[in-house]
Amino acid sequence: MQSALQKGGSRSESRLLSAILILALCLTLAPVLRLFIEGVTDQGAPSLSLVKSVLAQGSTLNALKHSLITAGLGTLVSVVLGAAFAFLVALTDLRAKAALVFCLMIPMMIPPQITALSWTQIMGPSSVLLKTLGIAPPLGAPQPLYSPEGIIFLLGIQHMSIIFLTLRAGLRAIPQEVVEAARISGARGFRTWRQVVMPLTLPSLAAGTAITFVTALGNFGIPAMLGIPAGYVTLPTLVYQKLAGMGTTVLGEVSVLAMLIGAVAIVGILVQRFFQGRQKLHLVGSTSRPLAIPLGSARLPVEILLWAVVFVILVLPMFGLLATSLVPAYGVPLRLDTMTLASWGEVLFRQPVTTRSFANSFSLALGAAAVLMMICLPLAWLMERHPTPLSRLFDSLLDLPYALPGVVLSIAMILLLIKLPFTDATLYGTIWIIFLAYLARFFAVMFRPVQASLKQLDPAMAEAAQSVGAGLFQRLRDVILPLSAPAAAAGAILVFLTAFNELTVSALLWSSGTETLGVVIFNLDDSGETAMASALAMTIVFVVMALMTLIQLFSRRFPKGVVPWQT
Amino acid sequence: MADIDITSLGKVFAGAPALQDITTRFEDGEFVALLGPSGCGKTTLLRLLAGFDMPSSGSIRIGARQVATATKMVPPEERNIGFVFQSYALWPHMSVRRNVSYPLEIRKLTKPEIAAQTDAALAATGLTDYADRMPSDLSGGQRQRVALARCLVSAPDAVLLDEPLANLDVALRASMQAVFTDFHKRTGATMVYVTHDQAEAMAMADRIAVMNQGLIQQFDTPQTLYERPKNRFVAEFVGRGTVVPVRAIEHNENQLHAHILGARIAVKSEAQSQVSHVCLRPENLTISETGDLRAKVARVTYLGGKYLLETVSSCGTRLLAETRAKFDVGAQLGLTITTPWAFSED
Repeated sequence: MQSALQKGGSRSESRLLSAILILALCLTLAPVLRLFIEGVTDQGAPSLSLVKSVLAQGSTLNALKHSLITAGLGTLVSVVLGAAFAFLVALTDLRAKAALVFCLMIPMMIPPQITALSWTQIMGPSSVLLKTLGIAPPLGAPQPLYSPEGIIFLLGIQHMSIIFLTLRAGLRAIPQEVVEAARISGARGFRTWRQVVMPLTLPSLAAGTAITFVTALGNFGIPAMLGIPAGYVTLPTLVYQKLAGMGTTVLGEVSVLAMLIGAVAIVGILVQRFFQGRQKLHLVGSTSRPLAIPLGSARLPVEILLWAVVFVILVLPMFGLLATSLVPAYGVPLRLDTMTLASWGEVLFRQPVTTRSFANSFSLALGAAAVLMMICLPLAWLMERHPTPLSRLFDSLLDLPYALPGVVLSIAMILLLIKLPFTDATLYGTIWIIFLAYLARFFAVMFRPVQASLKQLDPAMAEAAQSVGAGLFQRLRDVILPLSAPAAAAGAILVFLTAFNELTVSALLWSSGTETLGVVIFNLDDSGETAMASALAMTIVFVVMALMTLIQLFSRRFPKGVVPWQT
Repeated sequence: MADIDITSLGKVFAGAPALQDITTRFEDGEFVALLGPSGCGKTTLLRLLAGFDMPSSGSIRIGARQVATATKMVPPEERNIGFVFQSYALWPHMSVRRNVSYPLEIRKLTKPEIAAQTDAALAATGLTDYADRMPSDLSGGQRQRVALARCLVSAPDAVLLDEPLANLDVALRASMQAVFTDFHKRTGATMVYVTHDQAEAMAMADRIAVMNQGLIQQFDTPQTLYERPKNRFVAEFVGRGTVVPVRAIEHNENQLHAHILGARIAVKSEAQSQVSHVCLRPENLTISETGDLRAKVARVTYLGGKYLLETVSSCGTRLLAETRAKFDVGAQLGLTITTPWAFSED
């Protein structure tokens, strides 16, 4: 019997935790660390000379200025749109809220390059939709979206969902009693909002604003599609242009640029963390009925207005995209006799690049979802059961690869994998570098839902299995896995969805043969094949909507906090 | 079947001691209740016995096997114990039958053996008709019976129960107490039962360990605990009563007299030399006009068939008495004290 004695009853658990934790740390934080080292050394010795020379370049400062302007003003647009929707949806008695929320989530899930493509299809002289309706501007007129204003506007639309979500979550945490108490005390509608609701939600609004700014700063698809034709360069597009133009010889230089974006982003992330902490402090333990202030006779007009906005920002661009994808050549108006599915057939079945990119994106997204599920499930459970200083540190940092702009992670990945240690082999140029980058980037997307569901799991579930003799792997397989399966499935679908559409990371990491869907849409549009780009984009939109609907259908079975738009 | 030996057991959580130097022994086949207020360390002791936590000092032996010391321990899955949780901890994704048969699957029994033993356990807990339901379709009492069947099926050396009735309503508690008592009689398993409800502990346990501040205050049969408490905490925690200090003590002819509340009363005690306090339970007090002391009724509670009187004596001490007759609040009455239990409190 003495042989059965072990040092510590959970030795096997602690060992497994350390093993997976080290793997996860290497995957997510090593690249970021590697990038930092690259920036502050020169041929192995600590040096800031490279940083100084890059920061002194006019193009750097110009791009930084453009990035701050577009991200800042874009965030402002997001705040105005997202906050208006959040207040109305969360506080009032609007009908069909679930449908409204679902529609407002779609802009976030549609990749930015498709947003940009679809909007250019409903504006400008060559818009198929406008030509069909006979209201297109004359040829030669400029595309109004190819401008800083266009970038700001689309960034605003793309990220309004983030503001909407964080603010709505904050608003739902306000108990009805708080507002009722204000009204009993004699405060009327607007006054209640200004003096009670607003102060309580300011922290979540501030946190949402900060993270929106970080996301807008890292956005590559929109400034690339709209800014490059206009010669308006932001930091992410500058990195892309340098790397695409001169290859890995400028790696040191783009590392500094990536660090610059990263530094600005980290300031934003810290601001967000600060306000998130304050929000928790404010509303501890309040979970009663949510608010539903009656709008009275204003309800119908408000509803019409909100749905009209949804129509303009969501449906109209999709019509534009659809119209363009159905014409034989870009610029031809869409009529019954000109309508053709030629572009669809071309991208779906004939073009080797597009079919290959489908296969690439599909296997990358599926592989990332599967591998992340296998890592995150045991890791989240073990971290919940055995919190150690290291696991707590990891918990606070694991969002970084997702929160940091994709350009930063891509450069970090190139630095880490361009020459594998102890060998001459390189992963740069292979599909594996994209795969590893996806694992790092989408780690948090998988980990957080699983963690949320395991936090709600009664620890006695696993202890009961332990008391009847189940070992560590039996407990994981028979109890933890089935009980967190819905959350893991939701996480996997979200990873698949985001990875399938991804552009920023792969734009810097792809090479011939490893194109992803995002890259191909970007390249098709860049080379003037707008009809084909539209058809491909439309396909992706359908896939996105189908997967989102799938999650929505099963949302009742997921624990609270798993589906991002149902917080 | 096994006895449990606990030697100098201590547990510290983040610097705060939860258990301090516990040494005790639970006999083979005994039904032991761990009773105490929240935070007294009773659940900590149970989790150390189960192996969910590791002791900071001391050791635990179950049967012939040393299962835990401060440096080494047998993990819970290798201890062959049963654990019944307050939350039942039924696996919601498994049917009642699968919940019960899971321990046997772990032990790699053959399919016919699993089926036979599972059926026996289900029958013993009256769950045969519910075998194919999911836990979510069961009532609280049924869920607790499934939890019991799950721990019965693998014939554990000891069964540990963590406030298993706390989530049930009063009526169901009484019938579940009978289920536990029957279960204990039939299996003869050593059972350790954690509760904060003294009525529950009194009704079921062979011996009760009253715990407070990480220490076992007294470990005795229910009768002894009630009639001969060792200290003030036990006297006040178990049963109704008032503890009053002794002013002076007289020994003569094997009879001990104590001066309390301004009266001279005959008392019983263990240590004849040193007593400092007396425990006055309602049954030590009778109402009579020629009583030892005068008191005024402050509150009357009807208990069904009798009344509980909360009285204030002339010197300001609250005393509890029971009567069949009704008294009004504010009434003056005389109280006679008959041989209460005296003990020494440091």
